[in-house]
Amino acid sequence: MLNLIWLVPALPLLGFLVLLFFGSKIGDPLAGWLATFMVGAAFVVSLGLLTGLVNQPGNTFQQVLYTWVPAGDFNVDVGFYLDPLSMTLLLVICGIGGLIHLYAVGYMQGDPRYHQFFVYFNLFVFSMLMLVLGDNLLLTFLGWEGVGACSYFLISFWFERKSNASAAKKAFVTNRVGDWGYLVGMFMSFFVFGSLSYADILPKAPGVTQATATFIVLFMLVAVVGKSAQIPLYLWLPDAMAGPTPISALIHAATMVTAGVYLLVRLNPLIAASYGWVPWVIAVIGAITLFVAAVLGCVQRDIKKALAYSTVSQLGYMVMAVGVGGYSAAVFQLVTHAAFKATLFLGAGGVVHGMGDEQDMRRFGGLKKPMPVIYWCMMMASLAISGIVPFSGFWSKDDILAFTWNAGFNGPNSSPLGIVLYLVGLFTAVLTGIYIFRIVYLTFHGRARYDDPVPEDILQDNAISEAEYADGDLEGDHIEIHDGHAHEPIHPHQPGWLMLGPVAVLAFLSVVMGFINLPFGKADFLQSFLEKVSNLELAPAGNLAAIPVNNLQTIVMLAIGTSFGAAGIFVAYRLFKAEKLQELPIVGKLPLDPYNQLVTWFMGHPGRVIFDMVEWFDRTIIDGAVNGVGKVVAVAGEGIRRVQTGYVRTYALGVALGAVLILAFVVTRVLSLS
Amino acid sequence: MSVQLVVFFICALIALFGAGGVVWSRSPVHSALSLVATLFAIAVLFLNQNAQFLAAVQVIVYTGAIVILILFVIMLLGVDKLENLADEPLGIGFRVAGGVVAVALLAVLLAVFFFGGRTIVTGKPAQATFGGTSTYQPISQQAVSNPQAGVIDTADVPNINLLGKQIFTQYILAFEVTAALLTIAVVGAVVMAHRSKQVQPIPDEPESLDSGADLAAIDAAGEEVREA
Amino acid sequence: MTNLDVPYLVLAGGLFAVGAFGLLYRRNPLVMLMCVELMLNAVNLTFVTFGRMMNDLNGQVIVFFVLVVAAAEVVVGLAIIVAVIRRRPGASADDLKVLRG
Repeated sequence: MLNLIWLVPALPLLGFLVLLFFGSKIGDPLAGWLATFMVGAAFVVSLGLLTGLVNQPGNTFQQVLYTWVPAGDFNVDVGFYLDPLSMTLLLVICGIGGLIHLYAVGYMQGDPRYHQFFVYFNLFVFSMLMLVLGDNLLLTFLGWEGVGACSYFLISFWFERKSNASAAKKAFVTNRVGDWGYLVGMFMSFFVFGSLSYADILPKAPGVTQATATFIVLFMLVAVVGKSAQIPLYLWLPDAMAGPTPISALIHAATMVTAGVYLLVRLNPLIAASYGWVPWVIAVIGAITLFVAAVLGCVQRDIKKALAYSTVSQLGYMVMAVGVGGYSAAVFQLVTHAAFKATLFLGAGGVVHGMGDEQDMRRFGGLKKPMPVIYWCMMMASLAISGIVPFSGFWSKDDILAFTWNAGFNGPNSSPLGIVLYLVGLFTAVLTGIYIFRIVYLTFHGRARYDDPVPEDILQDNAISEAEYADGDLEGDHIEIHDGHAHEPIHPHQPGWLMLGPVAVLAFLSVVMGFINLPFGKADFLQSFLEKVSNLELAPAGNLAAIPVNNLQTIVMLAIGTSFGAAGIFVAYRLFKAEKLQELPIVGKLPLDPYNQLVTWFMGHPGRVIFDMVEWFDRTIIDGAVNGVGKVVAVAGEGIRRVQTGYVRTYALGVALGAVLILAFVVTRVLSLS
Repeated sequence: MSVQLVVFFICALIALFGAGGVVWSRSPVHSALSLVATLFAIAVLFLNQNAQFLAAVQVIVYTGAIVILILFVIMLLGVDKLENLADEPLGIGFRVAGGVVAVALLAVLLAVFFFGGRTIVTGKPAQATFGGTSTYQPISQQAVSNPQAGVIDTADVPNINLLGKQIFTQYILAFEVTAALLTIAVVGAVVMAHRSKQVQPIPDEPESLDSGADLAAIDAAGEEVREA
Repeated sequence: MTNLDVPYLVLAGGLFAVGAFGLLYRRNPLVMLMCVELMLNAVNLTFVTFGRMMNDLNGQVIVFFVLVVAAAEVVVGLAIIVAVIRRRPGASADDLKVLRG
């Protein structure tokens, strides 16, 4: 059974190839069903692999397909490494991916490039699977880059609008900064270990010097900051909401952005081998991210952008968990977050779809009645993310908070910083409750505002976007304008069961997923599962059981966590459920994301000068050098051509001259002069 | 004062003057006659060095056949126009360069002769030294001094016999090959000199350079042809 | 008996240099051919001289073959000159430039 591991990435790859060549013939909606089937089949295979893996001694399995790069000392295989960590992620990617594919079949219906979407979508799933299953850093990097590329393709799926294309570029370029970090880390790993394979690197990690391990970890951290949208490279994620909603759900909530967390967990022996302050750096980055993003999320008007900031915040939780040694907690949060964030995104997509592509929450309100199923699903997911018992997010968030608190006291690198981070995480739980229920109340409760006169700035945005679409109208084809038509009346309606089905399933999962890892005695299935990952044994702090708590302390901490979440909900209720107050008072006085706007301004003005200089350098000096070589050859040839005069006598002169020179050489060098 | 020395000096003078005549005569016929003088002087010098057969062959083949052939061609083709030696289409720099190269060649050759202390191939000291003991032996007193190499001449065996023996034993292959070469040369010459039915002159050709035609125009025409 | 080795070689060298100069100086193809013959004869003289100096007959053998090859070369060279001059009367060595060699 385990030998079929290659089937898991092969199926989406097959789907990609078939749709690439025949997609236009297959068409809407069959292309979507094919893609979904491929991912679903991969999920089924993954389940089979799970049963196989638990019976495997040591719980690891490796399958090498062939040698990819046989270059002497540098030998890289295409191989798959299945252990509990990759198994967990495999199930998440295929399962949640499959559900989102199903949703997309309905969501993208009618789009003129329907099949193209699924081409990219399947390619994305393939890349993500390669990232997770790869048994060496280079294969993971292949997947890393692949998901970045697919993200670019899919964000700019409706590229007729210039701002969509710009958003995609921003995402790609920001990710590229992270990729640079990955590359340097990879180079260093090869330099130190002589191999890129995890089987070679991870067992040897305790043997390297702390400085080396720190070097590698810090550069990989740059990669994580880029890919998982931490401060300061989170900018691309809110803008990435320009893509269709299934993209936001799958790529920018459940899978691609979690690749960074996966990488850190995979490399945990190196983190353990580095200086004591390195994990704290990771934790602090995570903590700052989760707090700042939560604050920004409270003031967003676009529903998808609000959810984007929420994603950034939750990713901050995961990264913080990694930093304090709670690797299993990070993975747990990854799993639960995938479930409830996907629910939220897909539900939001349904809302947006039903509201005629309007995304600004000021035009929502009172949608509970026309869209009840979505309402209840999103309610479940919101309760989960706020950390209310017994929903899934509660268990995972408190897992993280427990590790953070524990890092303040125990373990080799403990420091009071752990307490500070714990408090930050706790306070942000309040903010989480606020922002998520703000979304719920503004959208579903209150008075229906969609018949009110449209606010001025929305009208202006619409005009701009219509102009951009007209600009991008390439051949005069019919182009779907995916922005709210502000001048048309809205008739909210719930989407069909094809789209509601996955949302419901995901909502159910966001309720029950928590039970895979309860912090009581033997019920921590996920943690014990991950414990058996051989490399996690090297990081004993990743074991919650190592935390010397008794059940009472556990319950107290759980209670604190959930009460803070509830407090956030209560604040949101007070502020937003009431009819009149719709915004926090500070909104309107501050820009919606000052850092983002600062970066955008920088890129546009001082940055542009730098870019122009770099481009000039490339064009004049580098291209000039390359072209110059050709020119030198041509000029030299032109000069040397003159030797061939055509006159026999000049040739004779040349011969005579040559003879003289040779004789002179002989006389002076070969013969000894008396 | 020995006979060899006198003969050498006379013949050397004749040879050099003849060479000068070849180069400096304006008429090709005068050059040919000067060449005859030189060749004859060299034949005598061969004789002076016990190369009797070669002297004979030199006179018969070189002087008697080759130069005659050249004269025939001169006469046949009417190339006996007087060349305008002052004119040099390639520019005076060419002449200067030519002179310099020739002088340099002479200098290097002399340097080899004077200062070369060893043979290049064997690295052993050469037997010829300047002003040292002479290995020169007059004709009447030849002795077998180097039995391994083929001796030039002994009192018993004439030069031609020894030469013949060398050629037909050690150098038989080269001999046959040169015979073939001669045949090929004859065939080639016959083919090339064969006059086809019509001799088509190249239509738009300028006059020859020797009569002082306009060089710039000719060069320009040449450029045109090249650009095309 | 004075040693005449070096004078012979000097004479040969001088003849060779004169021949080389003549080759570069003159334009008439036949005169150039004669200069080539001059150079060849200088070489012959050198070979014979060295043969005598080293008491080796091989020097003369080489001269024998040089003579043969020179004869062949003159034959072919004259044939070429005839072919060229027939087409273009009064041609000189510089006129071969049109062959774009």
